[in-house]
Amino acid sequence: MAQVAIRNLNKMYDDVHAVKDVNLDIRDKEFVVLVGPSGCGKTTTLRMVAGLESITSGRILIDDQVVNDLAPMDRDIAMVFQNYALYPHMSVYDNMAFGLKMRKFEKSEIQKRVQDAAEILGIQDYLKRKPRQLSGGQRQRVALGRAIVRHPRVFLFDEPLSNLDAKLRVQMRVELKKLHERLGTTAIYVTHDQVEAMTLGDRVVVMRDGWVQQVGDPMELYNEPANLFVAGFIGSPAMNFATVRITAENGDLWAVGDGIRLKAPAAFANSLGPYTGKEVVFGIRPENLRIVPDTDPAEMSIDAIVEVVERLGSEILLDVAVGPITMVAAVEPTVRAKVHDRLRLAVNPDRLHFFDIERETAI
Amino acid sequence: MIEGARWRRWVFFNIPLLLFIVALLFPFYWMIVTSVRPDKELYRPWNAANYTPFWTLNPTLEHIRELLTETLFSTWMMNTMLIATASTLISLFCGLLAGYALSRLKFPFAGSIGTGIFITYLVPQTLLFIPLADVIRNFHLGDSPWALILTYPTFLIPFCTWLMMGYFKSIPKELEECARIDGATRWKAMVYIIFPIAVPGILSAGIFAFTLSWNEFIYALVFLSSPEQKTVPVGVTSELVRGDVFYWGQLMAGALLGSIPVAFVYSFFVEHYVSGITGSVKG
Repeated sequence: MAQVAIRNLNKMYDDVHAVKDVNLDIRDKEFVVLVGPSGCGKTTTLRMVAGLESITSGRILIDDQVVNDLAPMDRDIAMVFQNYALYPHMSVYDNMAFGLKMRKFEKSEIQKRVQDAAEILGIQDYLKRKPRQLSGGQRQRVALGRAIVRHPRVFLFDEPLSNLDAKLRVQMRVELKKLHERLGTTAIYVTHDQVEAMTLGDRVVVMRDGWVQQVGDPMELYNEPANLFVAGFIGSPAMNFATVRITAENGDLWAVGDGIRLKAPAAFANSLGPYTGKEVVFGIRPENLRIVPDTDPAEMSIDAIVEVVERLGSEILLDVAVGPITMVAAVEPTVRAKVHDRLRLAVNPDRLHFFDIERETAI
Repeated sequence: MIEGARWRRWVFFNIPLLLFIVALLFPFYWMIVTSVRPDKELYRPWNAANYTPFWTLNPTLEHIRELLTETLFSTWMMNTMLIATASTLISLFCGLLAGYALSRLKFPFAGSIGTGIFITYLVPQTLLFIPLADVIRNFHLGDSPWALILTYPTFLIPFCTWLMMGYFKSIPKELEECARIDGATRWKAMVYIIFPIAVPGILSAGIFAFTLSWNEFIYALVFLSSPEQKTVPVGVTSELVRGDVFYWGQLMAGALLGSIPVAFVYSFFVEHYVSGITGSVKG
């Protein structure tokens, strides 16, 4: 049980600045997910916490103790790797017992802990097997088991589900969540999959090019993205963006673009005011667009032509042409839209996003 | 596999394979036949009526008996065995540690040191024996097994290092990182995790090193002079060719008996050896 604090953390590889001034406070028992595209510095940050990468500058504290110069073995952490990193020449039991043997635990204690972990993960029947005789999901469980037998202060996960097929990944995701509920160990989890980040994390840290973009709980990131990158990265299908110009007409602000003419809700009056006459990026999530009859007022809707219909079962994704750009609308599965149909899509006025076009920050 | 008509299988697979096997095994066959052929058949002219070069109807163990009783062959075998084993162990030990360091530790000039080691392997022995002879003389090691035990590693260590480097690189570094997080020091992670996984690579390097030192000729010829110190390749060629007289039966018997230990080592480890060359650890 531990808290982890990261203070002004930097990592330079020769002339590549991989991690830039990362600050993060991870509370006891919290499950924090670092998410971002590849090369964003999330894995490097995790490896610095593990002690596998040297720290160029900044500090990492576990329970208020600076661990910068501690060897990985002295940090009392456990890590699960993307390729599982199971010792191929050892049985499952020995894989799980290795850490305890290295730490000179009593044989009976080792046996008890391995049995307990195996029971939690449902791998009691494979303890005598070698890793190569196991399926991907089973190997993943062994890797988890090896981490939990140690009762470490912090769990580190480096994309542990990436090597599993889609169905198993969803299943293991749920199990990981349950496991965390049960053990309550502080965990830092790295992934490039925003769905994994949203479903697993108590809090999610979005990174890009070594910078932390936003830290917050999943719904906060979803509803109030701090910038254009977070808005586009979180959520699937991704948020629709369009460049619009803010104009003032009769005391109201309007967002006007190619094929778009929307009245800005009153809530934005203050923040959008200074942008009058300027271009901004307008964003709306696919699920906040809904088909309305042509008689609906045009000030809160967009006219579009259907280009592609993707039937997912639970919903239908419509790729629609709005002027020169393509947007995606997620609509009810009962909708019978055909390619080339003309539609009027109403936007949910509470769910509009505007971003500064240069600084990319939310307005 | 070759697909299609039956003749294609014969032309592109069976016949080439057969030719290959014959070409490879013929020298061994020749060696065996010659070593059991009685002298009067051996020196029969090619145009004699009963000339049978490819088989013999009167096999004899006479040459092998003479080789073992009238020459120092068993001493040479012991010498070769001692020298090959000792120099292989030394080279494996150094090559293992050097290979690990060069492939895993980050230190300045690691890459150029690796290349440097490889380049030393490329210096031909036929050049290197001249300065080495001087070194051996200065240290008064001439005509003793140490002359070879200490000089063979000059080409075996680069070889083992290079082979082990490649093998270590094929082992995912996460295994070691995981072990270090699990509580192992770098040394323990190396001994408990990396070396056991690298066994096929270590065996390959060992077999190669053993074969190279077993067959080595030039250093053994130059650094050893008295008959009781010689190794098999040098002993057989220098003691069984007297002037222009070739004792073909004994020569071939010596070559045959001399190749048995190597053949034995190969066949014993062949499975590991192949997986060592094809490399890679499947997790």
